[in-house]
Amino acid sequence: MSVLINVENLGKAFRTYPNATQRIRSWLGLPTRNVKDIWVLKNLNFQVHAGEAVGLVGENGAGKSTLLKMIAGTLAPTEGGIQLFGEVRAILELGMGFNGEFTGRENARHGLSMMGMSAEEADSLLPEVEAFAEVGDYFDRPLRTYSSGMQMRVTFAVATARRPQVLIVDEALAVGDAYFQHKSFEKIREMQRAGTTLLIVSHDRGAIQRICDRVILLEHGEISREGDPEVIMDYYNAMLANKGNQKHTVHSEELEDGRVATTSGTGEATIQSVTLHDANSGDPIEIATVGQEVELKVKLDINEHIDQLVVGYVIKDRLRQDVFGTNTHLLDQVLENPKPGQTQCYRFRFTCNLGEGSYSTSVAAHADDTHVRHNYHWKDLACTFEVVNANKKRFLGVAWIPPELIIEPNSGDTP
Amino acid sequence: MIQRALAIARYWWSYRFFVRSAIRNDLRARYARSKLGLLWALVQPLAMVLIYTLILSHLMSAKLPETDTVYAYPIYLMSGMLAWTLFSEAVGRGLGIFVEQGELIKKVAFPRALLPIIALGSATVNGLALLSMMLMVFLFLGHWPDLHYLWMPGLMFLALWLGLSIGLLFGLMNVFFRDISQAIPVILQFLFWLTPIVYALSMLPPEYHSYFSWNPIAKLTAAFQDVILYRRNPTELHLVYLSGIAFIFTALSAGLYLRVKHELADHL
Repeated sequence: MSVLINVENLGKAFRTYPNATQRIRSWLGLPTRNVKDIWVLKNLNFQVHAGEAVGLVGENGAGKSTLLKMIAGTLAPTEGGIQLFGEVRAILELGMGFNGEFTGRENARHGLSMMGMSAEEADSLLPEVEAFAEVGDYFDRPLRTYSSGMQMRVTFAVATARRPQVLIVDEALAVGDAYFQHKSFEKIREMQRAGTTLLIVSHDRGAIQRICDRVILLEHGEISREGDPEVIMDYYNAMLANKGNQKHTVHSEELEDGRVATTSGTGEATIQSVTLHDANSGDPIEIATVGQEVELKVKLDINEHIDQLVVGYVIKDRLRQDVFGTNTHLLDQVLENPKPGQTQCYRFRFTCNLGEGSYSTSVAAHADDTHVRHNYHWKDLACTFEVVNANKKRFLGVAWIPPELIIEPNSGDTP
Repeated sequence: MIQRALAIARYWWSYRFFVRSAIRNDLRARYARSKLGLLWALVQPLAMVLIYTLILSHLMSAKLPETDTVYAYPIYLMSGMLAWTLFSEAVGRGLGIFVEQGELIKKVAFPRALLPIIALGSATVNGLALLSMMLMVFLFLGHWPDLHYLWMPGLMFLALWLGLSIGLLFGLMNVFFRDISQAIPVILQFLFWLTPIVYALSMLPPEYHSYFSWNPIAKLTAAFQDVILYRRNPTELHLVYLSGIAFIFTALSAGLYLRVKHELADHL
């Protein structure tokens, strides 16, 4: 695969001068004093290959947008460099400098010219832009009369009118109504299939995991992690949970089967073990049959004084989609003031109404009804198990919902 | 080296429709939602000419020697105003271009060097409109143009180039020190009255004449007055001098641009 974007030792600093004199001295090439560089990105190295889709995640201020702008060419790097081997098109923060007084059509035409198109080329693409934007009669009305969603439609339609080799999308997927979000998402997928390389910033985990082959996590202006979307997103979510807490730590460890499990938390309570058992015999199992009565056993150590303890779990399928999840807060059994030093055992009994396949559970111990605040310990891939169909009729899907079938001749009066 | 220059030239050339489209948009945007549109650009200088003519023509007409028309003063005034309007508008365009186009500069990657070309283009169209309007007034006053008008395209270009090159230099500084865009109009106002536009140099005592030799704009307005009112060639040496100043400011603007371009977008 050929390299389309080569980022080498890239850094961006915003330079501040203590006073006007120092700045003017810098213009004249004279030595300056007390010039401070505020580094927002430092020492970035990565490559994007043809046809790849790369997601960029990170907290606000991590430098995602700055990085995209430099690749798009609107901001200049302070050190290092970016080599581009193809036409790059960027949809940055809504808008392309459109003028509210002009109609959608006029703005679209001008927007196409901004990409270096000739008048003929722009005119030949306009009907497609109009059709994709779906703003109806508004296409010939001034842009200032548009809603922000409609402006976004036109902007997106213009930016994607001609398939670029590299498309940069900054949060643009989250704007507009559900219909257009879906439509623009499809358009991006379509371009991806046609060979366009994607570079996407989004806080939408689902979108990232569906589109991207690889995710880069930016932390304080540096690449902190890079790799498989699922793994990085797990890590990133864990990092977000209980942010700002000094004790909070995040670990990733590779399991025997090559999967990466993420654990995080502040450690007031720690998950000692998570195991699956047959509910009747109590024997530990790794394979459950459809419809079997099972028990998920979670053992926790209480390490420090805490006011509340909530324990929850989520069963996830092979694609890490949530199948079912609950916690002791939802079950109205919150433990108040557990004693430090104690070990608690939670046994969640349920009928294994799952379809055939491989499942995993994520388990968390926290204080409130979600893990976002006071996350004591959170463990992904805490317990994995297989479900096989031993004694039921064949069926499809992840859930076992056996129907009762009634067939009767149609008497004509039923609606 | 040559190959690289050619590649850049080809890249810019591919944006010619953008330049055309941007000039058209620029002209339309300024008078969007006004019925008379471009006419308003002409009303202001003409209104000024009318006011000064009404107030000052009796005072002045006797004092303009070497002229053969009773309308010498309004014509003198209009030639100077034409030069001044072209120059000061170009200064304004250059001054505002980076801040006004900030959104575009931040969001879209395109050759930045096209921005001055777009400004020059739209100022030229405005200038031509003003010139044709004034020509109509001259014809009405019975002051027909002669062959000396062949100087006009060159003079107009010189006025625009000089204004734009000065405007661009301060426009770049203005990105970092926004006071500049407030200060320049004030300075221009002084400069207007320090330039023989409303009055003629010959009306002043000779000992003051040397003070005007430092003012390059006085040479510019004189050239317009020579061609339009006096129907004679402008002083070539002055035109060379003005071109030299425009060239120096262009070089300074380009130099400053190269120095600040890496942080320009950060400050917009």
